[in-house]
Amino acid sequence: MSWLQLSPIISILGFFLILPIIAIVVVSFWASTEYSYNPAFIFENYGYLLSSKVTYSVYLKTLTFTAITWFFTLIIGFTVAYFLAFHVRSLHMQITLFLLCTIPFWTSNIIRMISWIPFLGRNGIANDTLLSLGWIDQPLEWLLFSDFAVILAFVHLFTLFMIVPIFNTMMRIDHSLIEAARDAGASGFQILTNVIIPLSKPGIMIGSIFVVTLVMGDFITVRFMSGGQSASVGRIISNEIGLLQYPAASASAVVLLLTVLIMIGIMMRFVDIRKEL
Amino acid sequence: MGITKNIKGLTAHERQRRNLLKGAAAATAASTVFGSPMIWAQNIKDVTLRQFGTGVSNLNDVATKVKEDLGFTLEMTALDSDSVAQRAATQPKSFDIADIEYWICKKVWPAGNLQPMDTSKIDNYDKIVGIFRDGKLTPESEIAQGTAPHSVGFVDGPDGKAFVNEESGWMTLIPTIYNADTLGIRPDLIDEDITSWAQLLDPKYKGKASILDIASIGIMDAAMVCEAMGEVTYGDKGNMTKDEIDKTMAVFTEAKQNGQFRAFWKSFDESVNLMASGEVVIQSMWSPAITAVRAKGIPCVYQPLQEGYRSWGGGIGLSKNLSGLELDAAYEYINWYLSGWVGGYLMRQGYYSAVPETSKDFMSADEWGFWFEGKPSEGEIVNPQGVALEGPGATRDGGSFYDRMGAVACWNSVMDENQHMLRKWNEFIAS
Repeated sequence: MSWLQLSPIISILGFFLILPIIAIVVVSFWASTEYSYNPAFIFENYGYLLSSKVTYSVYLKTLTFTAITWFFTLIIGFTVAYFLAFHVRSLHMQITLFLLCTIPFWTSNIIRMISWIPFLGRNGIANDTLLSLGWIDQPLEWLLFSDFAVILAFVHLFTLFMIVPIFNTMMRIDHSLIEAARDAGASGFQILTNVIIPLSKPGIMIGSIFVVTLVMGDFITVRFMSGGQSASVGRIISNEIGLLQYPAASASAVVLLLTVLIMIGIMMRFVDIRKEL
Repeated sequence: MGITKNIKGLTAHERQRRNLLKGAAAATAASTVFGSPMIWAQNIKDVTLRQFGTGVSNLNDVATKVKEDLGFTLEMTALDSDSVAQRAATQPKSFDIADIEYWICKKVWPAGNLQPMDTSKIDNYDKIVGIFRDGKLTPESEIAQGTAPHSVGFVDGPDGKAFVNEESGWMTLIPTIYNADTLGIRPDLIDEDITSWAQLLDPKYKGKASILDIASIGIMDAAMVCEAMGEVTYGDKGNMTKDEIDKTMAVFTEAKQNGQFRAFWKSFDESVNLMASGEVVIQSMWSPAITAVRAKGIPCVYQPLQEGYRSWGGGIGLSKNLSGLELDAAYEYINWYLSGWVGGYLMRQGYYSAVPETSKDFMSADEWGFWFEGKPSEGEIVNPQGVALEGPGATRDGGSFYDRMGAVACWNSVMDENQHMLRKWNEFIAS
């Protein structure tokens, strides 16, 4: 009877998740020419991928982006969630402010990312303002089409993914625990480090998983904000697909998938989020 | 319940059938009296042809005019060059008309999704410019390096897969549009004269240069630059050896790591934005991008350079799936395309039409003088949307058709070492 109850979710997962992944793994061993690919069993795709120094430098770059983005989204996300959970008095206001945070997400991700370009450009609003305020006398080149711009866009796009789980977890913290800590003589900082952060860990972990997977797989943000000059793993895959090299793209996708799964596996070691769910 | 019969003893169903047969009989009778064009005119309105191609020629105005002049619907989809190649090779059922460039044709024709066209059905075949038939603009012209269109323009028969070098009567693509490309510059932001491709990598323009991120085209621009700099010598820029490719990419990777490039562009709108916003002052560009920047009131020049132009040509191909009425409609479309209205439209964006003679009828004498003959303009020159591009007394960058198309140094190409070139290009982008 329980099998019957599970069958919808199993068939959906099986058809839309398991089957495509199996297809990708199978195709990654195929051979390809200019414009077609045929069933085979060769390791050439993996061989080229794992022996090219471009692969390693791109992975390093993407991992750097991931780490820096994670750091900033964590700081900002935690602060905002903390403010929402503990400093806003009424539940009503909390929900309102929380919804306010999500409003920008009602527009397209891509539009929000692209709108940075006229803002940060050499003749853009940021530079014009700084110039007219007299703080600089030459436009800042590194604002746009640079790593700074990429990380700025990432943080802008993905902070919400940190705020939501952390806020969620914080709301569940029993306020009497904080009172007890205060009665026991803890200072504000000590309450933060000894009570709130440990209890928020599941939320932080969930948020981190979101941010890590999103940044590792991203290629559009990297391409537009760096002006096509920085590479990310997603770009390698999209380039290969654009050139009809599906087996090579599949091999890259499999390697990316394994990398991200390993990263998440490591992160899950630190926190058991099953308690949370 | 039973089906009720009316007075005449027919059921509703039988009555319907009778009316249908009556109607069909009448139509057949009428068609024999008035001839099949009546059915043709009726039916062709229901035909929809799906066309896809790069943004340069997938123009909504053309679709509107097709509906007006020919009656059927043309659905257009614009994609970037790599996606165009992908679709032509792998999604045969998704299109009826492929608007692709000749170098893309070389790549995808062997996939077998396109059918050759019978040149006897093409009205203006003899007026097509020589470049696309025997490869020579004028009888004295030299054939430039690279994948020249005529070398992939003809196949050996109605099911031909192999390219032939003479006019076999079966064309792969009907040439529709072509141009000679060069670097675009912002003359108001540059102090000196730009005369050579080598100046793209001039350290003076550090952080202000750009090149397009489409491997097959970008490599040709890169080759023009490296040859002009004297860094690399080439046997045939259109078919480079592994060594030449490696050296070219090394020069460019070094420039990239020195911060020479502000950004790369993949679609033509990005190139317009880069130039118009002043982020970039010198970059590879396509002709309509220049006119688009000019139409914003910003000075932009398509600079003729001493080493010559990189040229490309595009054409329309028919899907293998077309047959019957739709195939006839497609031939109508091709003949209409070459009959002048589209040619005039494209010329006003700075392209050349494959049959210049017919386009002449659709352009004013002043426009023809400006765009084709390289003469100074007498009045205002406007783009197809009516926005003024030039005032009186201006001349087209580069001069006349013969000046420009006669100075082609190489054609966009697909090389034998294509795989290697792509890998090297990706390494350059990722560096």
